[in-house]
Amino acid sequence: MKKTPLAETHEKLGARMVDFAGWYMPVQYIGLREEHNNVRTNVGLFDVSHMGEVRVKGPKALETLEWLTTNDVSKLNDGEAQYSLLPNDQGGLVDDIIVYCLKKNEDYLVCVNASNKDKDFAWMTKHNKGADMTDESDLWGQIAIQGPKALELCHRVLGMKVGEMKPFTVQHGQFQNHKIMVATTGYTGEKGCEVFVEAGGTVALWMALLEQGKDLGVMPIGLGARDTLRTEMKYSLYGHEIDDTTNPYEAGLGWVIKPAKKDFMGKNLIVGKKEAGLSRNLVGFKMLEKGIPRQGYSLFSFDNKEIGKVTSGTHSPTLDEPIGIAYIDLAQVKEGSEFLLDIRGRKVKAVVVKTPFVQK
Amino acid sequence: MAFHIPEDYYYTKEHEWAQVDENIVTVGITEFAQDSLGEIVYVELPEEGQKITQGQTFGVVESVKAVSDLYAPVSGTVIEVNTSLGDDPSVLNDDPVNEGWLVRIEMDTEKELANLMRAPDYKKLIAEK
Repeated sequence: MKKTPLAETHEKLGARMVDFAGWYMPVQYIGLREEHNNVRTNVGLFDVSHMGEVRVKGPKALETLEWLTTNDVSKLNDGEAQYSLLPNDQGGLVDDIIVYCLKKNEDYLVCVNASNKDKDFAWMTKHNKGADMTDESDLWGQIAIQGPKALELCHRVLGMKVGEMKPFTVQHGQFQNHKIMVATTGYTGEKGCEVFVEAGGTVALWMALLEQGKDLGVMPIGLGARDTLRTEMKYSLYGHEIDDTTNPYEAGLGWVIKPAKKDFMGKNLIVGKKEAGLSRNLVGFKMLEKGIPRQGYSLFSFDNKEIGKVTSGTHSPTLDEPIGIAYIDLAQVKEGSEFLLDIRGRKVKAVVVKTPFVQK
Repeated sequence: MAFHIPEDYYYTKEHEWAQVDENIVTVGITEFAQDSLGEIVYVELPEEGQKITQGQTFGVVESVKAVSDLYAPVSGTVIEVNTSLGDDPSVLNDDPVNEGWLVRIEMDTEKELANLMRAPDYKKLIAEK
């Protein structure tokens, strides 16, 4: 199994370690619910060093990224970032990503999912339009700092006024003698940032955040709570809401697809499907009867037709009730629309609700 | 971590315990099971009068993160269900080997007990995890 620079630190902190996509990662420290709630009320630290970083540089960097991604990369100025998608040539998705513009036209960092990193890098290299492309994943540690008190903690430890940065921006900085990049992005719906740190400085930064954040109630957070936090916000997770067959319009990601602005990989297939008429949409739902939705459960109409599938489901720690995300036939996507969920052979009532489940 | 594993209980390899009182068997999940699952938020149990079979699933416990089947330690008829768990499944985390019992079964034959583990063997099993 691959290890992040923080693997030993997690063990010392008493984390329960698991194999996550080939990485030795903490799934929880003291308890999922307590960790989850601490991110909603105080601040939490996430080791996200397993995420991949691909550097795309040179005179052909912009042209290459415009072809490889769905969002409008040309509008990014120095220090701006955007959520985007890496489409394949079959109308589906290789991954969802964040593109950071370090220097307009010539230097970008693409942050990709850990589980997809090798596939993404191979794909990007294969379809490279002449950019200087490097897998920098081993060079960077990454720590996400999230929660209502995250900005204060960042200011204290990094000496940077992260609270004054706009969402989806990135700034260079320094921690001790290590280069850092601080990005106002996250996966929890809370205020905060994600810090790329030269791998050798990851442990020192993590320990400084823990020590200097004691009075703020800082806590390390495992992958378990990371998943419940993102589910409450209805953020997509590759392998759940999206995969290599997903039409991104059906996944509700039309806002990061800019076909009028540019040409991109698989554009005709992705846009063509939308023009021909989508068949399903991604919605959030709650239960009207007892049970917890889980990935793969089927949705049925009251006349017993299968109308969809659950992509993610859990018991929401914030709301203290079950929540789910599912693809559902277009006829049923409206808020308040009721349907049956097949929980291991038992059909129980559920209802489409407004998302995010937790309003921030 | 040291788990409380009562010496006089029987155990399954799927981490249920069975306490035998003549032909009445009380069934629950072990401390190891609750610790692995994390915060338990939902329990699905059979109804009184239902027949269950050794080694077959008879219910489900769910934590925030995962679904886990319950396996019957012995065959028999369910004569009592711990309905209080429906309102407060967290008892399964706090005290799984006493207050968090799941069902009481009238056992068909005590011969089946020979298929279960005693405490020393169960301790060995979880030590290997």
